[in-house]
Amino acid sequence: MTELPQSLAQIRDDFLELDQSDRLVLLLEFANELPELPDQFADHPDLLERVEECQAPVFIFVEVGDDGTVHLHATAPKEAPTTRGFASILVQGLSGLSADEVLDVPDDFPQTIGLTDAVSPLRMRGMNALLSRSKRQIRAKTAA
Amino acid sequence: MVIEVDSSDEFIGYAHPERLVSTGWLQEHLSSPGLVVVESDEDVLLYETGHIPGAVKVDWHTDLNDPVERDYIDGAAFAKLLGSRGITRDTTVVIYGDKNNWWAAYALWVFTLFGHADVRLLDGGRAKWEAEGRDYTTERPRPTAVDYPVVERDDSSIRAYKDDVLAHLGEPLIDVRSPEEFSGERTTAPAYPDEGALRAGHIPSAHNVPWGRAAADDGTFRRVPELDALYRGEAGLSDGDRVIAYCRIGERSAHTWFVLTHLLGFENVRNYDGSWTEWGSAVRVPIVRGSEPGEVPQRKG
Repeated sequence: MTELPQSLAQIRDDFLELDQSDRLVLLLEFANELPELPDQFADHPDLLERVEECQAPVFIFVEVGDDGTVHLHATAPKEAPTTRGFASILVQGLSGLSADEVLDVPDDFPQTIGLTDAVSPLRMRGMNALLSRSKRQIRAKTAA
Repeated sequence: MVIEVDSSDEFIGYAHPERLVSTGWLQEHLSSPGLVVVESDEDVLLYETGHIPGAVKVDWHTDLNDPVERDYIDGAAFAKLLGSRGITRDTTVVIYGDKNNWWAAYALWVFTLFGHADVRLLDGGRAKWEAEGRDYTTERPRPTAVDYPVVERDDSSIRAYKDDVLAHLGEPLIDVRSPEEFSGERTTAPAYPDEGALRAGHIPSAHNVPWGRAAADDGTFRRVPELDALYRGEAGLSDGDRVIAYCRIGERSAHTWFVLTHLLGFENVRNYDGSWTEWGSAVRVPIVRGSEPGEVPQRKG
């Protein structure tokens, strides 16, 4: 089994330590912490990819730096805090990892953070889609 | 009715205007004894970001559904849920939520399965309250638990099962999903993946009236002439019809059930909550593809 990167393992452990209702509070904290888009994307929404699987208009963009580190950018409306929370977990958990480390993140990571009872399966799949689309962008950008 | 009904002019013409309250009415009555405001959203975290002062949360996913059986909670669990929210059998309940009251209407329908007498929707839901700049708070109320009786859920009059729908073929059916789901182009709503089914299409003879068409841009319900044009006009319903509405898992169609029952006054409307996720995967049930309602199949002897 692949080891989770430290950042994601920490997030998972933080969730699993809490009881169900506090997990939602933590998810809300993540939602509130979703960073604003850097200016270059805010001015160019065409650079962003819509995550069609999510129930709210969510857009992502993955940057792979010259040194191979990944930075995920995401935007989601304030009226969709669950989706914002999921995006924020990935933005914070993936940023700074190497491309290979992100590609090695298990696809079922969203199912392992203790939210499947609190959030409908439909929403969990939205988070899966965020992860898989991020990986796909990385593959496309590192293939050359 | 414990609390006076909202006699706003904008509700004139609806069959049961006592099922709606306006944002202004709710603001005035927020601290009335005997009233409990319930928020029920599609996004389960929205309540936590801020809610109408005093409102309690009912989560459609974790509170109203049985965790194991694909069914609603039973009378004992419902009694526990409502009692914990400070709701007695006589309480006036006002429900509101996001997405044009989609899940709020669903919660109201479930409350109705248990025969809760006075349950109303906030016309326009969260969006209108917010657009009007009214107060939100993140302070969670801590209601004193009260006794709610254990009543047996009565599914007979407003809920349809798959066999009920099979027996109903030939009578009006309203499919409230998107045109793409109706025609069979896809099994899920645009931007709503999964909870899919093995087959795409619709129940034979169903008319397609997407649920959201019953709501105006500000999230309030459309007025009677517009609703009449949709349901009596386009979908061909007539007074006295027995109607079954369905969608994908029964939530969007609960909204249409509310419109047909409480706004237009149809007296025999059932919501098929198994909906397309069940019908589209069930063995040996007929479906139709394409954008036309299609024929009622001949019964096999």
